[in-house]
Formats: sequence, structure tokens, C-alpha cells
Amino acid sequence: MSAVAEEGSARAPWALTAPALMLFVGVLLIPLAMTVMLSFHDWGQYKGIEPVFILKNWHEIATDPYYAEMFWRTFRIAILTTLLTALLGAPEAYILNRMDGRWKSFFLLVILGPLLISVVARTLGWALLFGGNNGLVNKLLMSLGVMRSPIPFMFTETGMVVALAHVMMPFMVLSVWAALQRLDPQIENAAMSLGAGPGTTIRRIIMPQIMPGVLSGAIIVFSLSASAFATPAIIGGRRLKVAATLAYDEFLNTLNWPLGAAVATLLLVALVLIVVGSNALIERRYAEVFR
Amino acid sequence: MRRNGPLALVFHTFFVIVMVAPILVVCLVAFTPEGFLSLPTNGFSLRWFRAIANYPEFIHAFWVSLGLGALSSFVALLFAVPAALAIARYRFRGRDALAALFLSPLMIPHVVLGIAFLRFFTSAGLGGSFAALIIAHVIIVFPFALRLTLAAATGMDRTIEIAAVSLGAGGWTLFRRVTLPLILPGVISGWALAFIQSFDDLTMTVFLAAPGTETLPVRMFLYIQDNIDPLVTSVSACVIAVTMTALILLDRFYGLDRVLAGKSGDTGR
Repeated sequence: MSAVAEEGSARAPWALTAPALMLFVGVLLIPLAMTVMLSFHDWGQYKGIEPVFILKNWHEIATDPYYAEMFWRTFRIAILTTLLTALLGAPEAYILNRMDGRWKSFFLLVILGPLLISVVARTLGWALLFGGNNGLVNKLLMSLGVMRSPIPFMFTETGMVVALAHVMMPFMVLSVWAALQRLDPQIENAAMSLGAGPGTTIRRIIMPQIMPGVLSGAIIVFSLSASAFATPAIIGGRRLKVAATLAYDEFLNTLNWPLGAAVATLLLVALVLIVVGSNALIERRYAEVFR
Repeated sequence: MRRNGPLALVFHTFFVIVMVAPILVVCLVAFTPEGFLSLPTNGFSLRWFRAIANYPEFIHAFWVSLGLGALSSFVALLFAVPAALAIARYRFRGRDALAALFLSPLMIPHVVLGIAFLRFFTSAGLGGSFAALIIAHVIIVFPFALRLTLAAATGMDRTIEIAAVSLGAGGWTLFRRVTLPLILPGVISGWALAFIQSFDDLTMTVFLAAPGTETLPVRMFLYIQDNIDPLVTSVSACVIAVTMTALILLDRFYGLDRVLAGKSGDTGR
């Protein structure tokens, strides 16, 4: 490990990274390639998986409206979750940033801590809060006069969006908070001294500067929500399927692995395209911020 | 710095309550004295914590999770520390591509990873084995182990190493006596964060676990699929307690905002 001699040893970095590289090629890239290949194999109830090259699974996904509806539901839930986290998370990050040091770190711990707490436990909490028409959330909303009759949360998309937004919220707060750290507090004071009211300052000075943070947070939240498994499975139940829970069903209940592999491949490709595309858009639009 | 107005504080209070409520309700219901799901309004009881003892599958799953998390995080570090040193210190062709590859498990949906590993390990004859779980978890926790080690290796004072070399230290001695102690806080924090990620993973593990190798999140998930009763809330309360302990240690040792900010920076692609 001749770490000090930087020049002269062109082989050293490769020797150091070789074990990890072999691990990643052997047990990440090869399994992923095998999954893509699996999606072109044939499957039958009695014959099992047949290693032939066939477009049957892709044809089924393209033509059966069930899959179009399922993917549309997946992305609809992901979009609504992203909007909800942005609408609540961005103002909260701004408020957090204006707090005193000790309160700031305390509430940061409270809000970011859930990120590391088991998703199963957090979703279970929502299942308890929703719990049928007599759930705590409905009782609270009705006693506050927000609505007259209980609305169902369990086994609905509404419930999934609320629970997912809670699970994803720390990512949005973190992302906006990181953008706020780069902001010069004097700019706000300058705007005030030039006669801008609080509303104008937020709209014309703060918003444009934290927008890149909101957007990069939105990309994280969107891609994690679109591929989420635990929350849709527990809150959505067995009927309301999204891409991840459908792939799980095909693999472990129906045992139609090739079809499940096709659903997973499509999800992966769609997410990579969306994430890479929107990243490029954001970087072009906010080039000056990233410079 | 200007203060928050009353409206902002009302919003903040609402926000914090919503963030904490689901976690709090799980912990409260765990202490119910009743035989059904309810908030403990008639006093607290530990009966559902004692009930865990009658479900050996939860206890076994807990040990599987603990062993899996500890071992896979350690193995990930064996690969990540040399890789981090190489990436932090050398400018070589393919460096950025390698770093991107090593962080890629953050970007690939865990459901896709679960399917890929299930297919791979079943073909290799390792389906449902503990070894397969270890290898799969090494891959998913690798980015976290790498990131924190990389941060420590980049920020380290190189003149101490140069001094050690000039005094005759070389190779393994240099690494063991000088480099490793200097980057150790980063390495240990990397281990802790990797452990939490492994301990909490459901989506990928649910594809790989078989009876006997079920982890705690998998066992809890399968249990919830059938019915939700106070037992699963007391198990969850224990999981939350374990994570909180690790979290507080991590915060004291390294600073939670640093750990998480780094994490978001990468998931931020």
C-alpha cells in the first residue's frame, strides 16, 4: 500500500480497487444482465421457465391495459407524493434554517431521524392511524371540522400518498436545507432594506435560489416513491398494485419470473430515463447555480 | 438572522407532529394492556413485550438481522476501504466511472436488485441461503461504507504519512499504524450507517429470504400481511429502540447532519 508515492505507480489504484470492481461485476452487473435476459424467456404453468428468446412478456405488457393502468397508478402516486413533500418540506426547511442553533439541531434530528427507522415500522404507524373509518386521523379531521364524513385511507391511493410522503419527507427537507446553506443571509436583509415585504422576499429572492434544491429533492423522492415496495404493499393491500408489488407477486406467488423480470426491467429503464433526463434539464436551467 | 413568525411556528408544530405521530403511535400501542389494537388509556402494560418470547420466529429473525447487518457491513468495508483510498488519492483513467459504479446500488430500485439477486443466486444453487443474503447486503450497503470512508480519506492530513515513511515505515505497517487510525472515525461511522441500512432493508431481502433466513423486517412484513395486532407493534418498538440507539451513537460520534447530508448528496445523482 504505497499510498504516499502518488506518481510513478499507475498500477496502485487499480490494485486497490480490483477486489471491489470484481465484486461489483460478479454479483451486480451479471445478475442485472441475467434479469434483462430473463424478461425475454418463455414461461408456462407446467413447463416452468424456458430459456428461449421470445417477446411474449413485453408484448403482454404493451398490449394488456392492466399493465398500463398499473404503471400509470405507480407514477401518479409518485408524482403526488413528490408534490406533497415539496409543498410541505420546502417551507419547513426554510423555517428550520431560521431557528437558533440548539433548536435547529434538535428538530433536524427529529425530522431526519425517521429516515433511518425501519420503513415497516413507520408504515405500520400509518396503518394504525388510518385504521378503518374510526381511525385516529379520521376522528381528528372530523373533530376539527375539516370534513363531515370519514374518508377511507387504508387500501386507497390517498393513504399510500400520505404514508409515502411521510417516508420520503426527510429527503426533501435535506435537499432544500442543503440549498439554503449556500444562500447568503445578507441577500435577504438587502431585499428588506430596499423595501421588499416578506412575501416579495420569499417569492423573488428565496424561491429562485432554493429551486435547484427542491428539484433535486423531487427527483430523489420521485424515483424512490415510484419503486417503493413496503408502503404500497401494507397500505395498498393485495388489490391496489404498483410496479414493485406486482413484480413481487409475479416472482413469489404466480412464479411467472420472466413476466416479473420484464416489469422490473421496464421500471428500471423508465426511472433511469426520467432521472437522467430531468437532471440534465435542471442543470441546463440552473447552470449558474451549479457552476 | 430574522425570527420565524407565529404562522411559521404553527406550521412547524404541525409538521413535527405529523412526522413523529406514526412512530409515536406504534410505541404507545405496544404498551397497551388490552388484547386488541388500542392506545394504552387504562395504564401501561408490558404484556406484549413478554408475548414476543412466545414467538421464537421473531427472536430468530432478530439474530439473523443482527448477524447479517454486522457481517455484511464489515465485509463491505474490507472492499470499500482500499477502494476509497485509491479514489481519494489517485487521479487515474476510469476513476469517475468506478466511483459511479460503486455508488450505483443507491440508484437501482431495491425491487430490481432483489429480483436480480434471486435469479442469480437460484441459478448458482445458493437460493435462500445466509451466504446469498450476506453477498446481496454487501452490495447494497457498499455505497454508504464507501462514502464515509472516502470523506475521511480525502480530509486526512497526508504529512503524517510522509513523516512515517521518512522514519522507515512502509506498506502494511504504514497502513495499520498510521493510515487506518487516522481514518478510523470515518470507517466506524461508515460501518454504523451500513449496519442500519442492512438492518432495515425489506424490499430486496424479501425476495431472498427463506424460512430460517428471514430477517426481522421480512418477518414483520409477512406478519402484517396476515393481521395487525399489538404483538407486531411491540416488535416494532424494539426495532425503533435499536435504531435510535445507533442513531444517537452516530450523532455523538460523527454528527448526524454530516452523515445524512453526505447520503442525500449521493442519492441526489
